Amino acid sequence: MTDPSPPLLELRNLTTVFPTRRGEVRAVDGVNLTLRKGQILGLVGESGCGKSTVLLSILGLISRPGRIAGGRILLEGRDITRLSGREMRRIRGKDIAMIFQDPLSTLNPAFLVGEQIRESLRLHNMMPGPPWPFDRGRKAREKKRVLEVMEQVGIPAADARYKAYPHEFSGGMQQRALIAIGLACRPKILLADEPTTALDVTIQAQIIDLMRRINQEHGTAIILVTHDLGLAAEFCDHLAVMYAGRIVEIGSTDEVIENPQHPYTMGLLRCIPTVGERRAIEPIPGNVPDLATLPQGCAFSPRCEYAREVCNQGFFRLQPVGTDGPAGGNGGHRARCLRLSDYRLPEG
Amino acid sequence: MRLVKVVERLLAAIPIMLGVAIIVFVFMRLTPGDPVDIMMGQGGAVSEGEIERLRSEFNLDKPIHVQLGLFLADLARGDLGNSFSKQQPVAKLIGERLPATIELAFGALLFGLLIAFPVGILSAVRQNSLLDRLSMGGAFLGISMPAFWLGIILILIFSVNLKWLPVQGRIDYDANLQEVTGLYVLDSILTGNRTALVSSLKHLILPSISLGAAVAAIVARVLRSSLLEILRSDYIRLARAKGAGEPRVVLVHALRNALIPTVTVVGLQVGVLLGGNMIVETVFGWPGLGRLVVEAIFNRDFPLVQGAVMVYAFTFVAASLVVDILYTYLNPKIEL
Amino acid sequence: MTSSTQARTQPTWRYLLGIRLRVWQQNLAQFWSDLRRHPVALIAGVVIIIYILAAIFAPQITIHDPERGSLRQRLVPPAWEAEGSWSYPLGTDGQGRDIYTRIVYGARVSLAVGLLSVGISVLVGLTLGSLAGYFRGRLDSILSRFADLLMAFPFLIFAIGVMAFMGPGFTNLIMALTFKGWVEFFRLARGEVMSEKTKEYVEAARVTGQQHWQIILREILPNIIQSTFVLATLRMGFLIVTEASLSFLGLGIQPPTPAWGSMVAEGRNFLINAWWVSTVPGLAIVILVLAINLFGEGLRDILDPRLRIE
Repeated sequence: MTDPSPPLLELRNLTTVFPTRRGEVRAVDGVNLTLRKGQILGLVGESGCGKSTVLLSILGLISRPGRIAGGRILLEGRDITRLSGREMRRIRGKDIAMIFQDPLSTLNPAFLVGEQIRESLRLHNMMPGPPWPFDRGRKAREKKRVLEVMEQVGIPAADARYKAYPHEFSGGMQQRALIAIGLACRPKILLADEPTTALDVTIQAQIIDLMRRINQEHGTAIILVTHDLGLAAEFCDHLAVMYAGRIVEIGSTDEVIENPQHPYTMGLLRCIPTVGERRAIEPIPGNVPDLATLPQGCAFSPRCEYAREVCNQGFFRLQPVGTDGPAGGNGGHRARCLRLSDYRLPEG
Repeated sequence: MRLVKVVERLLAAIPIMLGVAIIVFVFMRLTPGDPVDIMMGQGGAVSEGEIERLRSEFNLDKPIHVQLGLFLADLARGDLGNSFSKQQPVAKLIGERLPATIELAFGALLFGLLIAFPVGILSAVRQNSLLDRLSMGGAFLGISMPAFWLGIILILIFSVNLKWLPVQGRIDYDANLQEVTGLYVLDSILTGNRTALVSSLKHLILPSISLGAAVAAIVARVLRSSLLEILRSDYIRLARAKGAGEPRVVLVHALRNALIPTVTVVGLQVGVLLGGNMIVETVFGWPGLGRLVVEAIFNRDFPLVQGAVMVYAFTFVAASLVVDILYTYLNPKIEL
Repeated sequence: MTSSTQARTQPTWRYLLGIRLRVWQQNLAQFWSDLRRHPVALIAGVVIIIYILAAIFAPQITIHDPERGSLRQRLVPPAWEAEGSWSYPLGTDGQGRDIYTRIVYGARVSLAVGLLSVGISVLVGLTLGSLAGYFRGRLDSILSRFADLLMAFPFLIFAIGVMAFMGPGFTNLIMALTFKGWVEFFRLARGEVMSEKTKEYVEAARVTGQQHWQIILREILPNIIQSTFVLATLRMGFLIVTEASLSFLGLGIQPPTPAWGSMVAEGRNFLINAWWVSTVPGLAIVILVLAINLFGEGLRDILDPRLRIE
């Protein structure tokens, strides 16, 4: 497998920190990721592992006092962590759009759904014309495009629904509207933060289908953040498993699912219930770690069945483990675990 | 659909107004001595026949429910009876004083909102900053300060010491203002009288501040707290993710939602404005409804007091109605 | 059932009181430690206590007569001014009365009016509100309608109207303030009782055979006492300002009894040559009301963060 296309988005050693009373917490700790055109990358982990923070960091929306403490975010080779507010705003919603978890609370309750979609077009001047106030046809052009997008995401009777308020929509329709807001400006990258968690199972499947169609028809690259490894396995072509702010395993979906190397990934896989198979679900013992009091060494070691004493020491790198070599977009299948032989004890 | 709601609200206000009138009536009847006795107490020697004539004029010789019926019928016709002390219809006296009071109320509301909005918004955006702490401290002071005391302090500073602004009244005598609406600022503009405009504005400033300070304080606090909550919400994050700039996020996305609770509070403040109106008009010798009532109370001119109290209450009900209707338009979630 | 088991299942009132006292003690200790983390509320509380002590010990901490002055000592400025004298630390008024003395005695009026009118309002509002919220039905709809009607009057207008018809005086003042003051507590109690009533513990109490009044008194009221306390504190500041406003208009406490509002009103005649006569008594109101409001705000943070009254 070769990679003809240059990376669309690259995270290099991204570190995002939040100061707390008990010291600085590294919500995202040295994350490296590569996203190419048309790719769907899944970012999987338990809640609080930093996966949503990765998305917000990409958009530069970490709320104070949190901040990006290190690393770079390259959008088509350009580092966007150093951009001014104005330059960053030009990227948000236009090059990179985001879909949030809870559609009802994410849509502004006081504005018409159609107007909220139109706002994206308006903000990025997607339907350019003569300057205000001479452009009389602008609103009509924008509205036409809004209706187009609404139909594209499967909102029937778009004309009537343009003039509805968010609370008049069903949950599935709200999420479609949210996706329409994201797609209005034809972004290169769509960041989806648990887009189906708040929805019924049948609606979930529809939304996932919709996102797949968008990906295939427009080549929009997608990063899907989810705690549901099953969903990610079905939808994504690459997976990154995160634990306590770090990526512990990464690779093509097939590799990670068929041949998991990190004990945490294995644990997650054992947690997936399968229809028609009478198998006991084995939960991972222990709790989500407290980021302020992480152990030395491997953060997963307190919950790991293979843990040895040395796991508490040193720092483990992501080791290539896969059979598919360094290809596959993110440098092949790699995992961060002591068991994978090639470890070094800390010096001194 | 929304219109149905509005009509519904309008209809709901009618029994309230009726109830207000009945309460005022009952209170008047509960007072020791009937109005004629009180008039007699002031008027000196009057013959028995005269007393009988007056009793029948005020319908005091009829049973109480008939009196109430007649009272309400008069009210419906806009007849509030005759003033004891001035021998004129109460409605006419109130009508003469109303423009002054309306002008002051508008001045106060304008001052209150002009202060409250920038302060509330900036405090929310810069939470815990020096500006936030100072203005919230100031808001607390504004809530705790009686309007009459603030008025006196303002007079001491700006009239007595600095001599910038007048102490009393609505306009200088030599301004030669020709009255049109009775709102002096408006009349000055309509008649193109620059001297009168300057003079009436100068007279309006201190009373408006005294009356509007409490409004400013309360509205700023509500605006700040609702904005703080909204700015943490998901849809604000979406607005930012869409690429909206911070001014747009705050002034359009957040403020539009914060207006919903704020409007309710502004409506309640109309009550404060009406009550404080009597105080501030007394402090500044403002010739409005408040002065009229206070004078009427000391003259024991009950029809006048009763009429004015009713006008105040009706105004308050009407203001709440306007707020209710505004609320239906502001809040799309209201069930229709 | 024998009498001995009866005794065991029905604990004596002494035992119950013992438990209550211990609970109160614990609550008080908790409250104190919470309060220490709110320095502003703590300072405000101290200020309020100073006012209360001053009101109680007024004769002990003043030397002049609050109601009679000497015309030769008219309009003496405060002690720090050039012509001031420490005999009249805050100066004298137009009748040569010591302003400090009158402020101290005036605290009696303000605090008495505030405490009494809030107290009666709480009593009436809580009783009617609990009954209306618990039993609903006809009683509830009549009381609620009446409360709505009273809400149609701005507070000060209503009080002024009542005072106008009934005439000035202490008792009438209390009546004017409570006649509408109970509504807020009625609404609070009614709403809280209505929501508490649906909770499991009330259901459980019903099942164990408690009477309605026992449930209201023992099960529900203890749960709404904190919000009531917070609301009462905040209303108190408002009622003290209202009393002062009425006295300022000459409708409240009548001269020569010292009340802060009427002191400010009298001082208006001397604004140009004796600023202190009017402003200093007003400052006494501002400080007290500010302290009460800050204390109430602190209480709200401590006791009931979800309660929001604007």
